[in-house]
Amino acid sequence: MRQITIRDALREALREEMLKDKTVFILGEDVGRYWHGAFGVTKGLAEEFGDERVRDTPISESAIIGVATGAAITGMRPVAEIMFGDLSALAMDQIANQAAKLRYMFGGQAKVPLVIRMPFGAGVNIAAHHSQSLEAWFMHAPGLWVAVASTPYDAKGLLKTAIRGDNPVMFFEHKLLYPVKGEVPEEEFTVPFGVADVKREGEDVSIVATLYMVHKALAAAEELAKQGISAEVIDPRTLVPLDKQAIINSVKKTGRLVIVTEDCKTAGVSAEIAAIVAEEALDYLDAPIRRVAEPDTPIPFSPPLEQFVIPNEKSIVKAVREIVS
Amino acid sequence: MLEKAKMAEMYQKMLEIRYFEEKVFELYGQNLVPGTIHLYAWQEAVAVGVCANLRRDDYITSTHRGHGHTIAKGAELGKIMAEILGKKAGYCKGKGGSMHIADFSLGMLGATAVVGAGIPIAAGAGLSIKLRGTTQVVACFFGEGASNQGTFHEGINMASIWKLPVVFVCENNLYAMGTRQSRVMTIENVADRAVAYGILGIVVDGNDVLAVYEAAREAVRRAREGKGPTLIECKTYRHKGHSRVDPATYRPKEEVEEWLKKDPIPRFRTKLLEQKVLTEAEANKIEKDAVAAVEYAVKFALESPYPAPEEALEDVYA
Repeated sequence: MRQITIRDALREALREEMLKDKTVFILGEDVGRYWHGAFGVTKGLAEEFGDERVRDTPISESAIIGVATGAAITGMRPVAEIMFGDLSALAMDQIANQAAKLRYMFGGQAKVPLVIRMPFGAGVNIAAHHSQSLEAWFMHAPGLWVAVASTPYDAKGLLKTAIRGDNPVMFFEHKLLYPVKGEVPEEEFTVPFGVADVKREGEDVSIVATLYMVHKALAAAEELAKQGISAEVIDPRTLVPLDKQAIINSVKKTGRLVIVTEDCKTAGVSAEIAAIVAEEALDYLDAPIRRVAEPDTPIPFSPPLEQFVIPNEKSIVKAVREIVS
Repeated sequence: MLEKAKMAEMYQKMLEIRYFEEKVFELYGQNLVPGTIHLYAWQEAVAVGVCANLRRDDYITSTHRGHGHTIAKGAELGKIMAEILGKKAGYCKGKGGSMHIADFSLGMLGATAVVGAGIPIAAGAGLSIKLRGTTQVVACFFGEGASNQGTFHEGINMASIWKLPVVFVCENNLYAMGTRQSRVMTIENVADRAVAYGILGIVVDGNDVLAVYEAAREAVRRAREGKGPTLIECKTYRHKGHSRVDPATYRPKEEVEEWLKKDPIPRFRTKLLEQKVLTEAEANKIEKDAVAAVEYAVKFALESPYPAPEEALEDVYA
């Protein structure tokens, strides 16, 4: 099968959905023909679909999401880009109070088919305003869906599902994953929300990981295999809805759980997953749950500082070794 | 000159809003309204003057003080009142209440209670119209307090650069809760801010329904013709305090008395009679009909059941 990057997979999803449905359009800062998005995801789309449907906006994050929400509730399917996830804070009212809540507040009258794409994540030395992992903020806002693709296949399939769906979706794109290649079929496919994927099967420990950490977890599993430990790596692919059952089923099999995420540990993604397993599958655990996440700091700039806070293969192996004898 | 039937309809809508709000106030006093209320009484000329220019498929966005906008757009009084009382038959099945009424079948895209948040949403509905290529327009209601929010700047700027068919209607009732405009703005007219976006800004007497109607008619015409947004500032005054708990002691007595004389409803009635648009008997009949419509709405709402508690779990996702 052909191999393409996540960047290309995302672009294909956008292009195919725009070809299929006239109501799909893109808006954001420098997403158009002069820049193609800070990470080049929208390359060629303004040239193909025109400046109306691939719309450059002023630097107005709140209005980007507000305008997208207004368009979504009146028959369009906007895909908004927030250039860096951290900047979603500027649009937080429109995301968490408006897009997320309109349907509910209005008794189900509104549909909000809105996708908010957000490049995010640490590892490229751009410090605290361009690097944080904020998935948990949005998991805490009922009404939003949260997608966290780690492979080109999942990225394309999930983005298509997000665009076709009728709920607002926070679509996280880890910036280190854009050039990562993987198999993506030529033919049409989608990936459903709420269905986890076992990225590697194993018997001794379940490692639940998301986004860039899936790749770190797979590398750790490779190392652990050399040490005689068989690790299963589960990628939830969407955090809302979350495929609890897949995680619980894996824990039932292995009896051990390590959760690896790039966000801060306190009240983070890993906290939620640990709580679910503690609540619903405690009896199957043979050891304490371990969480590998970032310490509760903003993302620092200097390379040694930044690398210190990001979970890596070693910290994952260490966490597994603590609970697998 | 407007047709007689149109003016009679506008008069009836204004009365319906007034009586409706008086009833809400009364029911609140009887502990039948959960939460709080923000009454639209005395601002009727704004909602009615603007909405009289709109088609059924045009959109409006509204605010926490939104009952009047919804009524003016043609929504059912009974379903509004039922929502205010938290009943299942309400527009939002009891999930929104007084501050979040919506009727998507009428293009009433809902009331947001975050001050200024509806401005970019209205611009987005305008962008949707432009991309879909229809001749609809959006009327976006907000108060003078909202014009100090960033969303005002961001939303109107976007509507301006893209020439979106939106009429921004600022209802300047002089007070944002207890904060007088002069304490938070050094300009007298919010409409002056239109200059910053290169759009037309107009100040009208917001207690003169025909003045509002004329200003909105021109703005709606320009919007439909693709000439972009207009900012209309309607100078008005609220009858009661900000919300139910507020006796509005921060307003000087003389000021309140001065505005009392400008009550938009008697003003319109006098004009209708003077210009012989309506006879005394016709005006009385309209008043009676409006009372009856509100009475019916109250009865409908009071007799409606509450939603089942577990319905709280529905409508989070599509």
